[in-house]
Amino acid sequence: MTEEARPDLLSHYARSLGIEVSGFEDNVPVLCVSGIDAIEGRPGHFHGGATSGLMETAAYAALRMALSERGEEAQLKPINITVQFLAAAKKAPLFAKARITKLGRRSANVTVEAWQEDRERPRASAVMNVMIQRDARA
Amino acid sequence: MFDPAAASPFLLSGGHPGWLGLAYRDHGPDWVELALPWREELMGDDVRRVIASGPIFSMLDMAGGMAIWTRAQRFVPVATLDMRVDYQRPAGERADVIGRCECYRTTRSAAFVRGIAHDGDPDDPVATMAAVYMTIGGAPKND
Repeated sequence: MTEEARPDLLSHYARSLGIEVSGFEDNVPVLCVSGIDAIEGRPGHFHGGATSGLMETAAYAALRMALSERGEEAQLKPINITVQFLAAAKKAPLFAKARITKLGRRSANVTVEAWQEDRERPRASAVMNVMIQRDARA
Repeated sequence: MFDPAAASPFLLSGGHPGWLGLAYRDHGPDWVELALPWREELMGDDVRRVIASGPIFSMLDMAGGMAIWTRAQRFVPVATLDMRVDYQRPAGERADVIGRCECYRTTRSAAFVRGIAHDGDPDDPVATMAAVYMTIGGAPKND
């Protein structure tokens, strides 16, 4: 898929927090935010809210990619999110990638993991339900 | 003695809370209320001019931690273990969002928090939250 064909993967919020698309794995976006002041909670560490914001953004980005591949346009609205904070994330690049466990007609279920240097030891994981409001013409 | 009003300039001025623009509003014996002012950089999409869900999560996480210290009457290092937010409806266009969290129970090592986010009417919430925090090191005062 060319760069031009990719849907817009980042919201105003995501962009202003410094979230970037660092790459794609099997057409699933991997997002990253670096250890800037805007993400800091406890000194030298990520604020849980920033970690969660990155994971939410990764969930939306994966869904936008999947819908775009099907040629569908839809508005996404969060239903809920549950975050497990597994280990403190240091003020250094934090990555997140989502896995779509269900992409239904009206809702999707997505799991997300966030990691730093060792992908096998995630800093946080999340499960999210997202409402899908497809265009009337779809 | 932890006073959330007095501690807010220190707790909310820098880092992620400072970037969000979080502001202290009110507190009681076991609850803290913060405000998240609307601004364009916090928008969730281009269509609706409403605050994204991420900043609301952050505010509720922060208000929850402050509610634990308020109930314990002292600052104890805590880490969020598990947090759930149900987003009942989008916030109003260009609306500030208010988050109020209550620490309703503490044990030797855990603190239990629930809260809501609203945009003016607490009886019509934007979101509800439930979270468990773990204390790091010292335990909060139990009653």
